[in-house]
Amino acid sequence: MNVELIVFIVFALVAAVSSVMVITRKSAIISAVFLILNFFALAGLYLLLNAQFIAVVQIIVYAGAIMVLFLFVLMLLNEHTEVIAAKSKKKLKLFGGITAALIFVQLAYLIFYQNASANINPIVEKSVEIGKIGYIGTKLYTEYVLPFEVAGFLLLAATIGAIVLAKKKFE
Amino acid sequence: MNIPIEYYLVLSAFMFVVGATGVIIRRNAIVVFMSIELMLNSANLSLVTYSSYLGNVMGQLFVFFVMTVAAAEAAIGLAIIIMVFRNKLTVNIDEINLFKW
Repeated sequence: MNVELIVFIVFALVAAVSSVMVITRKSAIISAVFLILNFFALAGLYLLLNAQFIAVVQIIVYAGAIMVLFLFVLMLLNEHTEVIAAKSKKKLKLFGGITAALIFVQLAYLIFYQNASANINPIVEKSVEIGKIGYIGTKLYTEYVLPFEVAGFLLLAATIGAIVLAKKKFE
Repeated sequence: MNIPIEYYLVLSAFMFVVGATGVIIRRNAIVVFMSIELMLNSANLSLVTYSSYLGNVMGQLFVFFVMTVAAAEAAIGLAIIIMVFRNKLTVNIDEINLFKW
């Protein structure tokens, strides 16, 4: 048992348990809080994978921006969302559970059947180098500048769309 | 990075399956949205894992763009939910049957 494995197990357990909590809690606000916990555990895993930039962006964008948006909407619609949360049907739950278990077993079988770790030998120095913000930024502004601009334009369109959709009607 | 790559991939598969289950069983539109975020995050975890194990930056750049799209999707989706709530006074997806007639 080395330290890396212990840290991985801790973060993986937090991520797995909190993801299950997100879909099993009755109150949507508690679900949202567990989702934030899940995002933080994932950021820890990204750090463990030497992807520093992605880890920081995960916390800023997901745990910061997106979850604030979610919680804001939840507070806005609060009194009504609490009541209806519990009413999912028994049969649907059974169907969902069985489907999920089947798909998970298939995926896990495929992942271990491939035996990927025998064919991949990771180079730690290389992964540290590519995870740094300087390397990613250089790539983004030289080789992948067109997708970067398109992503910016998509965000602009989404902002305008959100304002138009959520604006109050003047009647 | 002494951990076998399979551990990360199995965790990612588990989170994806949990998110898919959430979309199937939950009736609250906002929780369905959160489950979609879970699935996006599990895909991100796979991409980052392969990116650092193979020493190729493409995976992390792709995660960056996935996050952009996820932010846009959350903003638009929540605006749609607010609009539907204003008309129907509910976010239960069983009662939102706009396309049924």
